[in-house]
Amino acid sequence: MSLLIKGADLAGAGAGDLLVRDGVIVEAGAVSVPADAEVIDADGLVALPGLVDLHTHLREPGREDAETIASGSAAAAVGGYTAVLAMANTSPVTDTAEAAERVAELGQRAGLVDVQPVGAVTKGLAGEELAELGLMARSRARVRVFSDDGRCVADARVMRRALEYVKAFGGVVSQHSQDPRLAGPDACCHEGELSGRLGLPGWPAVAEESIVARDVMLARHTGSRVHVAHASTAGTVEVLRWAKAQGIAVTAEVTPHHLVLTTDLLAGYDPTFKVNPPLRPAEDVEALREALADGTIDAVATDHAPHARHDKEHAFVDAAFGMLGLETALSVVSDVMVRSGRLDWAGVARVMSVSPARIAGLTGHGRPLAVGEPANLTLVDPDATVTIDRQASHSLSRNNPWHGRTLTGAVHGTVLRGRPTVLKGALA
Amino acid sequence: MRHLLSMRDLDRDGVLSILDTAASMHDVQRREVKKLPTLRGRTVVNLFFEDSTRTRSSFEIAGKWLSADVINISGKGSSTSKGESLRDTVLTVAAMGVDGLVIRHGASGAAAQVSQWVDAVVVNAGDGTHEHPTQALLDAYTMRQRLGDLEGRHVAIVGDLTHSRVLRSNLICLRTLGARVTVVAPPTLMPSGIATWAATDGFETAYDLDEVLPHVDAVMMLRVQRERMSGGYFPTAREYTVGYGLTRERLARLPEHAVICHPGPMNRGLEIAADAADAAQSLILDQVSAGVAVRMSVLYHLLASSGAGTAEGSVA
Ligand SMILES: [Zn+2]
Repeated sequence: MSLLIKGADLAGAGAGDLLVRDGVIVEAGAVSVPADAEVIDADGLVALPGLVDLHTHLREPGREDAETIASGSAAAAVGGYTAVLAMANTSPVTDTAEAAERVAELGQRAGLVDVQPVGAVTKGLAGEELAELGLMARSRARVRVFSDDGRCVADARVMRRALEYVKAFGGVVSQHSQDPRLAGPDACCHEGELSGRLGLPGWPAVAEESIVARDVMLARHTGSRVHVAHASTAGTVEVLRWAKAQGIAVTAEVTPHHLVLTTDLLAGYDPTFKVNPPLRPAEDVEALREALADGTIDAVATDHAPHARHDKEHAFVDAAFGMLGLETALSVVSDVMVRSGRLDWAGVARVMSVSPARIAGLTGHGRPLAVGEPANLTLVDPDATVTIDRQASHSLSRNNPWHGRTLTGAVHGTVLRGRPTVLKGALA
Repeated sequence: MRHLLSMRDLDRDGVLSILDTAASMHDVQRREVKKLPTLRGRTVVNLFFEDSTRTRSSFEIAGKWLSADVINISGKGSSTSKGESLRDTVLTVAAMGVDGLVIRHGASGAAAQVSQWVDAVVVNAGDGTHEHPTQALLDAYTMRQRLGDLEGRHVAIVGDLTHSRVLRSNLICLRTLGARVTVVAPPTLMPSGIATWAATDGFETAYDLDEVLPHVDAVMMLRVQRERMSGGYFPTAREYTVGYGLTRERLARLPEHAVICHPGPMNRGLEIAADAADAAQSLILDQVSAGVAVRMSVLYHLLASSGAGTAEGSVA
């Protein structure tokens, strides 16, 4: 059995056919239809290497009412993803080899995307003692990305040791940059005029920027790689630009929501828009778009953060942080970056697949659409308009900030190792 | 259905109409028989997630003097770890057939959120560090009794501005009534973004209380929570008092006609000296007694009109 994708625009390389056999692209260009082939008519579609999400919260183990590895995998596949990195802040925390292997195994069982566990940097995310980074790296789960996400590795000495330690196996520390003393324990929205008026505890931009600045210096000092999770401010962009010019090994991601949504959405205290880091003012949003277009920010990552309804239906400061993102990310990036001409489809491939796979050390993803390469790919209908409906989701949660918005550009199909997981926008 | 969630819900006519009604309610208070039949058959629930005997009793008496059935419910803690969501708690209360919900909550925005979940009229009795509209109304009421029309009058609001819901409601209320407002605090206790906020809303900011005091018609001292000191907002109580307390020396700098307000409870000796609190210019006890009248007026405007004819239609 083989799969023929007929007439897709191969992101940046013009139209062509792709013939896939045994999970590998075996022919490209003008391919005649083999007798045993399943054919996807991809006329008018753009083919991208399968999307890779550096930052997904799957909530299993511990909060299977909000999301499971299976439901999150379905959401990811429908969103065009072939691999996702599952953050470690589950309950229990992914801070051992066994926990990491369990996550990977549940991902394999769901079989819709490659679920690559992220390991905690510190035991129990407590920020004090290093977790068993090496054992996680050497486990069958082959962990390469380490993060206490949800919390910042605030202690500079712990961060330094983590950066040094992961060099042994080519790991990277993905930092949730938030100085807990500057932001404060109740910080729940961007610190600015609006937080002052609303009487909400602010989360100042400098609480992010000062940690990013510290971490790039630590990366320079240790000669290690640091990754900035969900960059959200113009000041962070400035630091990144400087650090990259110095040749420091820093990479960064931005979420789709930080590319579009702004802090003024909080005026009505709707916890749907409560996210960490918080939505920022329009000037920051503009700086992030620019940084993504010029490569200062390497990747788009969803920070998909599903929450059960009752965890959001609290007073704003008490409600859970986070919003859904897997199913809508491609449409948001298409709508805000491609339609405006700031990224072409090759650029989208770079920021949503190639760079994330490289940062995460995933060798089977983010590869060119060429003969001999693994057949992980995403088909996009660039002209389709979608109106987002929070009810129509494979996630078990409904905290979708895009509900009711109409976006241009939609995932049409997803192929994981030669097998379609999604066809015509629905699970295959 | 209409609510009182923020002082922004009222325009100038709305404020004046509530204050005028409060004046006639205040007269009722002085009668021997205090009850009015206005809200007979209506149920008002005081849902207090945060203790405040003073505000709760004030709303309770106000409701009772209007003949409403008043029920006090103290909401339990509102942290996510405690299971029931705020929405579930409020829907449970509302399901008992409530006409008015007076809500006090430690979180900013809680009253506004609740108003989206229930059909009952919602009155914000203080939400976190956001607003406390009935306090602002009673402050305006009290000042007007002594100073007359507040248009063009200069009011200084002094103290922990960042954490004060009284500040936010008073700023809106006083500006709506045409007063000139200067807020005074050390920079660490000024809300974030206050410079642009001040420019948009037309008030002034100052760090030096002594420069401001000689020019005001009223000074409103805000309570300083002592735990702010450990948060590094200012070095010591002594230093705070020297910089921002209404001391006996500062009392002498106030114009003779100027009045002194404090929403209470006071830290005597910290933000306000005993001499100032008890001075002839002090309206602090008048504020408390006006509280009931103003809350009667608010309940009357919101609840007497719903279902029946509108009371002047003045509550926006
Ligand atoms: Zn994070």
